[in-house]
Formats: sequence, structure tokens, C-alpha cells
Amino acid sequence: MSYFLVLLVFGLWSGTIYALVALGYTMVYGVLKLINFAHGDVMMVGTYVGYATALQWKARGATGRAWTPGMGQVLTIFFVSMALCAVLGWLVERFAYRPLREKPKLTALITAIGISFVISYGFQMEVGFLPGPAPRAFPPLLKETTWLSLRGGEVTLSNIQVISFAVALGLMAALQWLVFKTRFGRAMRAVSFDHRTAALLGIPVDRVIAGTFMIGSALAAGAGLLFALKDSQVDPLMGTQQGLKAFVAAVIGGIGNVPGAVVGALLLGVVEQLVVGYAASSWRDAVAFGFLIVVLLLRPEGLFGRVTAEKV
Amino acid sequence: MRHLAPALLAAAALLLGCEKKQSQPSADGKPAAGPEVKAPAAPPSDTLLLGEVGSLTGAEATFGLSTREGIDLALEQANAAGGVNGKKVEVRVYDDQGKPDEAANATVRLINQDGVKLILGEVASTNSLAMAGKAQAAKVPMVTPSSTNETVTQKGDYIFRVCFIDPFQGYAMAKFARETLKLQNVAVLQDNKSAYSTGLTEVFKVRFAEMGGKVAGVESYSKGDTDFRAQLSSLKSQSPDGIYIPGYYTDVGLIAKQARQLGIQAVLLGGDGWESDKLFELGGEAVENSYYTNHYSPDSPNPATQKFIAAYKAKFNGKVPDSLAALAYDAANVSLDALRRAKSLSGPDIRDALAQTKDFDGAAGKLTLDEKRNATKPAVVLKVAGGKASYAATVNP
Repeated sequence: MSYFLVLLVFGLWSGTIYALVALGYTMVYGVLKLINFAHGDVMMVGTYVGYATALQWKARGATGRAWTPGMGQVLTIFFVSMALCAVLGWLVERFAYRPLREKPKLTALITAIGISFVISYGFQMEVGFLPGPAPRAFPPLLKETTWLSLRGGEVTLSNIQVISFAVALGLMAALQWLVFKTRFGRAMRAVSFDHRTAALLGIPVDRVIAGTFMIGSALAAGAGLLFALKDSQVDPLMGTQQGLKAFVAAVIGGIGNVPGAVVGALLLGVVEQLVVGYAASSWRDAVAFGFLIVVLLLRPEGLFGRVTAEKV
Repeated sequence: MRHLAPALLAAAALLLGCEKKQSQPSADGKPAAGPEVKAPAAPPSDTLLLGEVGSLTGAEATFGLSTREGIDLALEQANAAGGVNGKKVEVRVYDDQGKPDEAANATVRLINQDGVKLILGEVASTNSLAMAGKAQAAKVPMVTPSSTNETVTQKGDYIFRVCFIDPFQGYAMAKFARETLKLQNVAVLQDNKSAYSTGLTEVFKVRFAEMGGKVAGVESYSKGDTDFRAQLSSLKSQSPDGIYIPGYYTDVGLIAKQARQLGIQAVLLGGDGWESDKLFELGGEAVENSYYTNHYSPDSPNPATQKFIAAYKAKFNGKVPDSLAALAYDAANVSLDALRRAKSLSGPDIRDALAQTKDFDGAAGKLTLDEKRNATKPAVVLKVAGGKASYAATVNP
């Protein structure tokens, strides 16, 4: 039982990260009916931006002593990385997808895959600020301490786990509020419903779509930093793996649906950890994708697909 | 914008096309003779072309880059000393990005398109296995510098290696853990997608148990994973005094960190996949006081080793060679030695010459190729301390 709880904690932890990435997939799909395959790589870029920012301070700190950033520095790292990724999201939308918006959907899809390759392989070059192919150790932003200990210390919750979960939930709540309670959110839902009619009604469709990409990309950068906090490593190919899983989570939850993406991601995270813990890690991806197939067979619209009268 | 895209594509296609055309004759630096193309483009007769396949990009890029430097040094020295029987030796290198299918494709390309006499590579056993089938089928000798999985040379009589095989590394670590560290209860965390990792695990388990130790449990992960907490939590419940992790440095650094985070204090043990400066960067304090088996140590007093280190430092700005560079240097030199002795430059004759390699004084110790085309040589155990690996012991075959 203890082991089950341990796995549950680990599963929810990785699930929150999938969830933040999945939100980006689901939002973009909601407004454009486009699977933005470059999304996972935007997350990778966000992690590298955080890495570079952290290194700036680390380099200036006293040499030979472990660098522990203050709260202000951690928040700055999050802010810089999310802001730069929002810009990257805008650039990708403006120059890769917008010119293709009236072309067949397949064209944009293939472009998305192309952008994904450009980013992930571009980051493997060792030119200028580009980091080269080898994985790097992400400096610890927080000193890990145990906040909650259950069952005689067999099940523990660390500060990093609690903070990751809180940050993820906070960002999700903010998104939910943005979509359903603001003018921008209403415009997003209108564009999602029918972007031509929305344009006729005076909604600035281009700006709404660009905004959606920027929000999604900023969330991905946040996810990347939470991932780095968890597994303390950055790698140019990390976005592919995380992005694929988040995409699966979004489809399980019902793509285009915000709460669905979150539930799908948490479910996927927990299922994966249970498979690794009780069976073998080689079964993890098979079960993850098997789970997707079963869900799609039983509910082709995803777990929450039915309630998306108002697609996001 | 819309008109630019096709133009760019066309330009890219043109560039690619040019590159291919130029790469053929550039083997000896001479301009192309003309448009007439003779069947499999054989290089001019005053040059001997070897092939190399390695991971120059991807997660294991440092493996391929070290290997390439070792081979470059060996060829530079050979060419400075007059080449092989008067012929200049060149090497054609292809990147496999650390992927088996890319390695196999590169091998086919080296054989069919470039017509190489001999192939050097790969580091990862999984990739070498993919290459070996192609080389064997074409009867082109292949020498792998550092693939330690037993099955690689079993692919056929044209496949050789200049390192010891996995059973020996698993045995060396089992012996060291049991006799020197006096460990009782050792758990294993293996990469079950890698032939290298499962090979080491098998032998370690059997030999450690034979020596009176207990194998507490075996858990596995898959290459590319970054979260090992579920497996480590399961191993923790067995309270082992050692954990054997025969994986690659990219994973090991993370595993060590997460193990320490979960409060596991057991000593960590590994194989030569740990060899990289990146291990200390990725693992930090978590890998301190760990041990791993390896092919060579730069602290070794062996004169051949020291001579190699001096030459390598001179060529690469004072950089100390890792064992992959040393083995690659040996692989290239054993191959060159065989090419000099071979009756002709046909595949079978080069193969026969390679098979006769005996007491070759390599940078990573004296080696003899046995009837199974594996090298017989000693292993060293290194200890990680103060952010570097230093010589701890030698385990003889």
C-alpha cells in the first residue's frame, strides 16, 4: 500500500507537467484544429532559457560554493523563460502557420512537424548560444526538503512536489478564468466556434490566434522548468518525449477541452508510474498508448469530449 | 514569403546535390576526373580508404567524438610514418546519431558507395550489432573499438574487437564488489533496451552469487527515461548495500541523483558506459564514492599508454584522452597493422591478418585477439572522488 501511494505521488507529479504541456495542444487545437507538434520543443526551449538564466547567476556567484537562488531569482527565471517562449510561440504562429491558414489542414500539420525538427535539431548545434547535443545538468533551483511524511516516512511529499503541483494548478485555474471570464476568452471561444463568422463580427482573429499560441507556449515553458526541477536535466530532445505524452493526454481527455487535458494528463502520469512500478518500464509506453487506443475505441471524442459544446 | 519557400527548398536541394557529387573524389583531395562514373566508386589506388561509423550527434555524442579523435590521431601518425605500404590512409566518417538503423545504413553506404576496405565502429553494442550483419554479408572486416557485448563478434568471422567483452566486465565488477568492497547484498538497475546493459547484468548476477553475495533485486529502465523513482523506491525496500547500474552516463547521473534524493546510501557500481566528464556534471555529488570498471586509466604507468597520452595531448590542446579515445586509437592501429601484414587488400586477406594479431602493445594494455575475435586483456576499476575518476585496482582475466 505504501508503495502504491509512493507511485501515486510520483504519477501526479509527472502528470502535472504533462498537463501544462497538454493545455497548449488543446488550446491550439481548439482555435485552429491544428496539432502543433512543435509545442513540445517550445517547452524544451523554455527549459534551456531557464538554464541559461540560472547559469548567469551561478557564474557570478562565489566559485566553489553551491549556488542556491533566492525566491526573486527563481521567479525571474520563470518569468524570463515564459516571456521568451511566448515570443517564440508568436514567431512560430506568425511565420509558419499563419501563411498556411487557408491551405489544407495537412499542409499546416506537416509544417508543424518540420518546425519541431528545426527546433530540436537546431538546438543540437554548438554554435553561439546553442547548447550542443549533450544533456546538461539543470542547477537545483530549490533545496529539496520533506514537507509531509506518512506511514513512518515510507511515503513523503517534498516541497518541490507540492510547489510543482500548486504552480500547475494555479496556472490551470488562471487559464480557466481567462477562457471563460474575460473578453479575450470569449473571443477565443468565438474563433474556435467559427473563425470566419468571428471575423465578420469584428473579432481580431489573427490577434486571438497569436495570443492563444503565446499563452500555450508560456505554459509549456513553465512546464519545462517544473520538469527541470523534477529531473534536473535539460536535453535538446526532451521536448519530443514530453510533447508526445502530453499530446496523448490531451487526446485522452478530449482534445480541445481544458479540464479534459488536465484529467487526461494526471491519469496518464499515474498509469505510467504504476506500470513502471508493478510491471516493467519497457511496458510504460505500450500501456500509455494502449490506454489511448482503449479510450478512443470506447469514447472517440475523449473522456470529456461530450461536454465541449463550447470548445476552447 | 509564399514565393520564398519553394525557392529556398530548391536551393537546399541544389546544395545537397552538390555536396554528394563533391564528396566522391575529395577522398584524396584531387578534383573530379570527369562525369564518367565507374561502378562502385573506388578511390584512387594511392589511397587506402577506411570507413567509420559513430554517434557524432545525439545523446551519446561524446562517445562518437572521442572515438573519432583517437582514430584521427592513429591515422595522422601512420600517414606521417609513410602510410600503409606506401599508401596514404584516409577515413570516411558517417554520423549515426546513436541510432541502430542509421548505423546500418551508414555501413551499407560505406561498403557500396565508398568501397571502403575496413570499417571502424561503433561504441554502443546495439549499433555495432546493426552494423555487423551488413559488414559480414559484404565480407568487409569490421573492428569495433569499444562494443563490449558478447554477441557482436558472434555475428560472423569478419567482426573483431579490441576491447574485452561484457562477461569480463560483469565478472570484474562482481569480483571487486565482493572481494575488495566486501558487499553482501547488491541490487541491479539495468537499461533493458540496451544489449550492453542486459549483458553486463546477466554475468554480474551469476558471478556475484557464485562468490557468495546476494542479488537483492533487478529493476529496469529504458534509455531516454528521466524519472527512475518508481524503480529506485522498489529497490530501496530491499535495503541493498550496493547498486549495480550498467548503463550510460546520461542516465547514471540522473539515477544517482534521484537515488540520493530518495535516501538511498548504497555504493553505486557501474561499467565503462559511465566514462565521460559529463557524468560528474550530471551526477554531481551523488556519484561521489562510486566505482566503475573500465578499459584503461590515464594514471597507468604502461609506457604505451603514456606515449599515446602525450601524443593525444599534443594534438588536442592538452586534453586528456578518455578510454574511448584510447580504444579507438588501438582499433585503428590494430587495423593498420593488419593491413600492412595482409597478403592483399581483399576482404578475406585483411580478415586473416587481423585474426593473427598477438601481444599487440596497445594504448589500453597488451591485447591478443582470440579465436572468437575478442581481445584478451586486463580491466581497471576506477573510483569517482572529488569530481573525477581515479585508478583504484586492476582485475586480470
